[in-house]
Amino acid sequence: MEVKESILLSGNPSCQGCPHSLGLRALGLALDDPVVIIPAGCSTIVAGIHPKATINAPVLHVPFASAPAVASGIASAFRREGKKKQIVVWMGDGGADIGFATISGAAVRNEDIIVIVSDNEAYMNTGIQSSGTTFWKAKTTTSPTGKSEERKDLAAIMLMHRVPYVATASVGYLPDFINKLEKAKKIRGFRFIQLHSPCPPGWRFDSSKTVEIARMAVKCGAWILWEFDGKLSFSPASRPYKDKMKRTGLTEYLRAQGRFKGIDDSDIETIEKNIDMQWKFLEAFENF
Amino acid sequence: MSGRTIMTGNQAVAEAVRLARTEVVAAYPITPQTVIVEKLAEMVDSGLLDAEFIRVESEHSALAAVYGSAVAGKRSFTATSSHGLLYMYEMIWWVANARVPLVMVVVTRTIGPPWNIHTDHTDLLTMRDSGWIIAMAENVQEAFDLTINGFRISEEVSLPYTAGMDAFQLSHTSEVVDLLEQQYVDEFLPERRQSYVFGEEAFTVGCIGPNEYTARLRKDTFEALKNTEKVVDKVSREYEEITGRNCGLLEEYRLDDAEYAVVMMGAWSGDAKDAIDELRKESLPIGLLKLRYIRPMPYKKIQKLLDGKQVLVLDRDCSMGAGGILGVEVKNCVEATNIIAGIGGIDVGVDDFIKMFRVFSEGKLEVEKNGVYWWPPEIYDKGMR
Repeated sequence: MEVKESILLSGNPSCQGCPHSLGLRALGLALDDPVVIIPAGCSTIVAGIHPKATINAPVLHVPFASAPAVASGIASAFRREGKKKQIVVWMGDGGADIGFATISGAAVRNEDIIVIVSDNEAYMNTGIQSSGTTFWKAKTTTSPTGKSEERKDLAAIMLMHRVPYVATASVGYLPDFINKLEKAKKIRGFRFIQLHSPCPPGWRFDSSKTVEIARMAVKCGAWILWEFDGKLSFSPASRPYKDKMKRTGLTEYLRAQGRFKGIDDSDIETIEKNIDMQWKFLEAFENF
Repeated sequence: MSGRTIMTGNQAVAEAVRLARTEVVAAYPITPQTVIVEKLAEMVDSGLLDAEFIRVESEHSALAAVYGSAVAGKRSFTATSSHGLLYMYEMIWWVANARVPLVMVVVTRTIGPPWNIHTDHTDLLTMRDSGWIIAMAENVQEAFDLTINGFRISEEVSLPYTAGMDAFQLSHTSEVVDLLEQQYVDEFLPERRQSYVFGEEAFTVGCIGPNEYTARLRKDTFEALKNTEKVVDKVSREYEEITGRNCGLLEEYRLDDAEYAVVMMGAWSGDAKDAIDELRKESLPIGLLKLRYIRPMPYKKIQKLLDGKQVLVLDRDCSMGAGGILGVEVKNCVEATNIIAGIGGIDVGVDDFIKMFRVFSEGKLEVEKNGVYWWPPEIYDKGMR
């Protein structure tokens, strides 16, 4: 792989241990000539404050729910000019909640864009409020005793849009994320990647442990790496954990995060059952 | 298609969009705007219009998509109405603050509840403070002309442009229209220009900035919209040279020697003109000042034209707790009496105007204590059960 400069410049105002910074750096390594569309969220800040800008690419900041629609318009304009740049929507799980119809609409139209949801499992930019992807029992400022509902499976929902490429990724496995971007960039049409992005202040763990926590999520099977490019397959890092016996450290994963403080053994049992179900659900797609 | 023909407002707008060589259309259907969307989709599908048509899933995305195509340098168009306009409201402000030229037609329709698909103007006027150039058509011809003027003016001042036209009265009513031949439109409408184009160089648009920077940008936009007055004057004169039709900021009708002046906008102005003709036969010195643009609002011109006259402002809209919106506007420069009528699409015809204007000129219009007169009184007196 040729060595490229990061599109995320140093000195950007992200928090210590920010997973978005990792993701954005990987993005620049994989894509040749991206234009980046950013709705409201943490990355609005990460991208810098005028007159400084931290992403070395054309960046368009747009309203919260609008990003995939704006990207659709840009795709139309580029098509008319024969411009081949990759149009990337870089959003959080908040943007994917409020802009769900917008993502869905762009997917249905099979717009020639890459949508990346850097999923830190809550509205972090406004100070840790519960989102559609917040983990069951996770404490946020709007679920102070723990979230009472299950998270939605955004990537699987996007899969059901019958688009050419859908994948999950993790900031704990950046080479895998880069491979997926490399694959996605060769495909035309709507491509979707949900990037698991553990957030130190939001999940209450030390800022030196972002990658570690992200890997724990994969090893205990709570976050599953897979991709669909016509056929669903589990990615190498997750493949061993198809075998339930090989999944390790769920308790440690949960106990390492302040947001799960006070969680008891029966809760962990329930979470384990839900993880099993998620694997079975995806295996059914794998075997389809 | 060129020359004289018969078509509805919605069809005429679609023709104008085609003649303007629009490159990207994104729109979501809503009664009574739907036909515009359908016509444009047909034109794109049949190759009559060489453009991209984005079948968005909502109005918010319609304006978001044309924001994207316009900021990336393409002539772009959308259309909406009432609740669709309110649903895209966030994008309305974003597009204006981003100084991106594009054109949107608003088929004016009452805002619910109760559900009501008929015309009033409150929806269009919710855009008043946003930084858009806002025009309003009286007839199908004007809807066509303003749409074409819109692209030119919008691109010249780097502000978005909207033209309103009344639900059904224009959108679905066939009238005689003079279309323009392509070569004349091409001559009038040069290649698109805009203050910046997104997508090539590594620069950032819309990021967080210092407060002083935001304040400066707002003042810039304010001044650009104020200056648009001169641009509308210039562009409408050019258009008049080509077509013989003036689409300037204001239209005077028998106003010169009038002692009584009516101020209004939209389709019902035509009926008001007929009423004025009738009253003139009775030697009542009454005339009309039609507002073709609400933003920029040419206060000085209005003040000059209305100086010394008894002024009646007719609103088909309401600013709750204040009055008719045009009433509030016109009272910025002259004293005026304000009537709100035609809300929810209630028919207001020539006879109504004759009655209204007569009562006004006789000084018998009893303004309620809240300063505005709701017409016709019997609707409000009886109450509805």
